[in-house]
Amino acid sequence: MEQFLQQIASGLANGAIYACVALALVMIYVSTDHINFAQGEMAMFSAYISWQLMTWGMSFWVAFVLTVLISFAMGVLIERLILRPLHNAPVLSIIVVFIGLLAIFNSMAGAFWSYLIKEFPSPFPKSSFGIGGVIGPHQLGVVVVTLIVLGLLFVFFRYTPLGLAMRAAAQNPQMARLVGVRVDWMLALGWGLAASVGAVAGIMVAHIVYLEPNMMGGILLYAFASALVGGISNPAGAVAGGFIVGILENMVAYAGNQIEKATGVYIIGNGEKLTVALIIVIFVLTVKPAGLFGRVVVKRV
Amino acid sequence: MAAILEVTGLKAFYGQTQSLYDVGFEIPTGGITTLLGANGAGKTTTLRAICNMVRTDGTIRFDGKNIRGMATEEIVRQRIAHVPEGRGTFTTLTVDENLRIAAYTRKDKQAVKDELERVFTYFPRLKERIQQQAGTLSGGEQQMLAIARALMLSPRLMLLDEPSFGLAPLIVLEIFRILRRINEEEKVSILLVEQNAALALELATHAYVLETGKVVMSGPSDVVKNDENVRKSYLGY
Repeated sequence: MEQFLQQIASGLANGAIYACVALALVMIYVSTDHINFAQGEMAMFSAYISWQLMTWGMSFWVAFVLTVLISFAMGVLIERLILRPLHNAPVLSIIVVFIGLLAIFNSMAGAFWSYLIKEFPSPFPKSSFGIGGVIGPHQLGVVVVTLIVLGLLFVFFRYTPLGLAMRAAAQNPQMARLVGVRVDWMLALGWGLAASVGAVAGIMVAHIVYLEPNMMGGILLYAFASALVGGISNPAGAVAGGFIVGILENMVAYAGNQIEKATGVYIIGNGEKLTVALIIVIFVLTVKPAGLFGRVVVKRV
Repeated sequence: MAAILEVTGLKAFYGQTQSLYDVGFEIPTGGITTLLGANGAGKTTTLRAICNMVRTDGTIRFDGKNIRGMATEEIVRQRIAHVPEGRGTFTTLTVDENLRIAAYTRKDKQAVKDELERVFTYFPRLKERIQQQAGTLSGGEQQMLAIARALMLSPRLMLLDEPSFGLAPLIVLEIFRILRRINEEEKVSILLVEQNAALALELATHAYVLETGKVVMSGPSDVVKNDENVRKSYLGY
């Protein structure tokens, strides 16, 4: 039983990370119809930035806040300098640019900080945090921090005029212009926010997977799966999808272990986690193409 | 009467296709001007050209200042409100959000509240539906919402593209009555594009007739109404 709860807890912690990255993907998707393949590498780069700030003597949380701000600026700059000129470019060109960005961030991190794996600290005290035997201090911390970030974003989009303007710009850019919304800046702002949310995910996960330039590769896949399961055009769905995928992958491995223990036959284990998760994603999308919480878009033609 | 909007030599292009050729007209301050014409004559394009939503050439003076080439959102911030064809409400946002979005740059919360109340005096029905998603409103209510949202911009000039489109005759009459009130009480000048020429000529003080991207006739609406060609082509008697 305890092991079962442990698996759920660690699934929640992983799920929180997937949820953040999935949300970052969805935020850009709803306003531009593009999937930013570089989202994971941008988050990794942010994690390196915070590591650098800490080695210069800053405390974890100061570095955390500063990194989130730097990442925001980075996101805005990428949109303004790289994607704005491609405004009317065909989708394929933009995909190539995203893949280019992915490679650039990856090799820049390698060049600046080397490909050697680095340890990344956890800010959550070992003794007083966590629930004994079920969830570790860092896991609980990750869940709490991401929930706070998601809550802040929700409040921002739901209750502030600027958040409203961003939603309007995403839903109907031309109409948003007609009520005076500076849509181009809303897109840049969306990129900034996505980069910030990604940075939170990167910093939080770096302690678990260790800091190295390829640390976000698998996570981006899971996040992509989460966004699809939840409904790629639904931010709340993407967050739910993150937690679902996180718990699901652990349950699969747990079930496999139990079966092996009981019968001695190895069917499935940690190694197949990603495979099984993706199979389930494909299954969900076959049955519900818009995702679990996605709206089916019906267009009159 | 001075003109709030003077358009001269206006050309408009969709890609390589030119759809307006040398269009010129004036909208008198405080008046209601209508733009008539058959399908494809360039009525909608003219409105889109004013807000820089198509590629244009020529001059568009608003209050004496050339606004041609300015970004759409900056033109809107000069207080030109455009109610587009097909209403363009944000269907997933609530009625309240649809209205507030037009005032999002304003810092003074009380002023926005007052503005909302003032707009509701024209559209009491919207107040009853304030928390409803705009997509769930009836066609007439969505059109009202689009006009109400335009009012939230405190416009000096309102551009209306086929406000009667797809609506029951009684609703259309109601909306036209409200437009007249808005024109009189809010001192908003109006440029109205309409398929329903009879109705438009009744509301408007001035009329222009467009044919294949050119102005072919203009004058006070009483004069235009009695022109034989207009009667035959647009009024049907």
